[in-house]
Amino acid sequence: MNILAVLIPASLILGGIGLAAFFWSVKNNQFEDPKGNAERILSDRFDDDPDGN
Amino acid sequence: MTAETPSIAVCPACVALPAKGKVLPKLDPSEVAMRRVELAMPTVHCAACIAAVERQLASRPDVFGARVNLTLKRVSITAADLPEIEDSLIAELDRLGYPAKPLDSAVLAGAESDKAGRDLLARLGVAGFAMMNVMLLSISVWAGAEGYTRNLMHGISAAIALPAVMFAGYPFYKSAWGALRRGHLNMDVPISLAILLASGVSLFETIEGGDHAYFDAALTLTFFLLVGRYLDYKTRDTARSAASELAALEVQKARRITDNGEETVPLDALREGDILAVAPGERLPADGVVTWGDSELDPSMLTGETLPQAVGPGALVRAGMLNISGPLKMRAEGLGEETLLKQITRLVETAETTRNKYTSLAEKAAAIYAPAVHILSLLAFLGWGFATGDWRLAINIAASVLIITCPCALGLAVPAVLAAASGRLFAQGVLLKDGVSLERLADIDTVVFDKTGTLTTGNATLVNADDIPAKARDIAAALAQHSAHPLSKSIAKAFSSDLHITDIKEHPGFGTSGQLNGEPLRLGRADWCGAVPVAQTAVWLQIGTAPAQPFLFEDELRPEAADTVATLKAAGLTVRLLSGDVPAAAGKIAKAAGIAHWTAQASPAEKVDALNALAAQGHKVLMVGDGLNDAAALRAAHVSMSPASAVDASRSSADMIIISNDLGEVANAYRIAVASKRRIIENFSIAAVYNMVSVPLALAGFATPLIAALAMSASSITVSLNSMRIGKMK
Repeated sequence: MNILAVLIPASLILGGIGLAAFFWSVKNNQFEDPKGNAERILSDRFDDDPDGN
Repeated sequence: MTAETPSIAVCPACVALPAKGKVLPKLDPSEVAMRRVELAMPTVHCAACIAAVERQLASRPDVFGARVNLTLKRVSITAADLPEIEDSLIAELDRLGYPAKPLDSAVLAGAESDKAGRDLLARLGVAGFAMMNVMLLSISVWAGAEGYTRNLMHGISAAIALPAVMFAGYPFYKSAWGALRRGHLNMDVPISLAILLASGVSLFETIEGGDHAYFDAALTLTFFLLVGRYLDYKTRDTARSAASELAALEVQKARRITDNGEETVPLDALREGDILAVAPGERLPADGVVTWGDSELDPSMLTGETLPQAVGPGALVRAGMLNISGPLKMRAEGLGEETLLKQITRLVETAETTRNKYTSLAEKAAAIYAPAVHILSLLAFLGWGFATGDWRLAINIAASVLIITCPCALGLAVPAVLAAASGRLFAQGVLLKDGVSLERLADIDTVVFDKTGTLTTGNATLVNADDIPAKARDIAAALAQHSAHPLSKSIAKAFSSDLHITDIKEHPGFGTSGQLNGEPLRLGRADWCGAVPVAQTAVWLQIGTAPAQPFLFEDELRPEAADTVATLKAAGLTVRLLSGDVPAAAGKIAKAAGIAHWTAQASPAEKVDALNALAAQGHKVLMVGDGLNDAAALRAAHVSMSPASAVDASRSSADMIIISNDLGEVANAYRIAVASKRRIIENFSIAAVYNMVSVPLALAGFATPLIAALAMSASSITVSLNSMRIGKMK
């Protein structure tokens, strides 16, 4: 059962990273324009310059 | 493929991507003042459009940033705060092939702050994260972990679940507390109780080393309910931002003439006695008296009448009328409470207060569900407590009853359907302001249409073409080509001519004159052409001194109107016409559209009375109208719709807006509303069936966290899938 001491923290840390990433994306307006994001990925122009400026 | 070549070029504008222009030196952002410009761009639709617009704008020296939002079809530009910057940006986009319109930032500001949405999304994220992790830990318990391992799993679950439940469930606690303080019970009371009781009991069991902990159930419940709450929020938010965009498009300004020339002022800044200039094609900004100029005014938005009124100096005019032919100057009078606009606003307010309160299906369900659940779990608690004397067991069973009654399926039942239905309607061009109006729409038995601009296109069409001699047609067409008057345009469209007419002169407010082979020609108003006016929209042509030839016009029925009326009738609804226009015009349109019951010459107040009378007879009425004279009636009806071309007051009174300007959407929306109501009731039934199976188990004390998790997830998923059928409906 010692394996639990490794696996449980590992799963919590990975989940925590995911949660942090989610918080970051909400704060950075990543959910403001879902249709635009779906289209932007099709153009090479935004590959190096995602802000489009 | 280079960045210059669009990968998906489906619109002509996208193919014509501009070559990279010469790069001018950028203005230094630290030296100039900046401002944000929001423009609506209805035609952007693909990646290449986004690239073209953003690149073009960014290449300007006075633009520091531009970002297209495809979801809202808007571009947000950070530019130098130069005079006329907005106009020059719009001109730039126009050249690129994307018509843009300025959005009134003051009107938009209210809808902009999407803090509430982000807040809900963050709580949803936390609930989802915690739910998955706790579920993972719970599986080992369900799989048979015992003793120390089980206690460890429960302990870790508690450490994750308690803070998560506190944070994520906050919207429910707040709403439940608000309801309790006012002495009500709402859906959030049993929800909060279930979440808190489940967490509390589980914490106690964990400390005591007990068998069952319901942390996963508490979190799953929170998660699914937040999904419902978020869908609900998004439905309303999409509608609100689209509605405020429509309002923001109509920047209301007046042109005032002062000693120093002309200035553009907002309507609120007008004072009695101000002299205002109104160009052809503009609406009169205020009630008043004409001081200079001759023209014709179209009162259709105000009264529903289609016959233009000839006005000259001294004529009394009303705000909201459309100036058709010549430039006018007018003196603003009777501002404040006495304008027709204000009177209509008062009517709207009165209608609003008398509108009967509608109990939505969700409220009805909560009214039955909340007390039932509380009584059931209280009975379980007391029953088990007194029967066994084991109060710890009793509270455990009470908690499991609360959890297993699946309020999550109930919480999703309505928002999931409304989100699917409003998404579907939005894609078809119907904007739903709030979900309850969809339920109201499903209940209707009568549809009342306004005539002008609703059943008709609002454009005059020539009706007596066959009675007009060929020579008159040719001359009229040749003269009409030189006039911007809407009726002239309509003549020029109907006939073509290559006659060479000399001395063509436009007389604003009267007509167009010219000469052919030395004979004077006049095309215009009846009295100007020596004819007797008729009670119909008409243009007269006088050749030499001969009697004038009339060109008669009628407001044209929308091509889809008759089909729409037929479809509504086939669905078992009574269709009526309620018009402000004269009986002859209203009767003709009613006949053409296939409407048997019609009323003409109804004033705004009479329209409201007519709707109230129908309501008193027990009818539930859908009102469809667009004019200012319909605004109060739209509010008085059980539910109402208005085309996007309607005046602002009507759009804000209406529950739904037909953005696509296709009257056929009335029948379509009704069909979707009926289907949505059926789905909602099905969803309630599904939740009820789950409860009938699981509640006896819980009452008998057989429910385990595993059974609770299964029942909750299964019912929530069934309900969501059932709701999504709305989007797939043919």
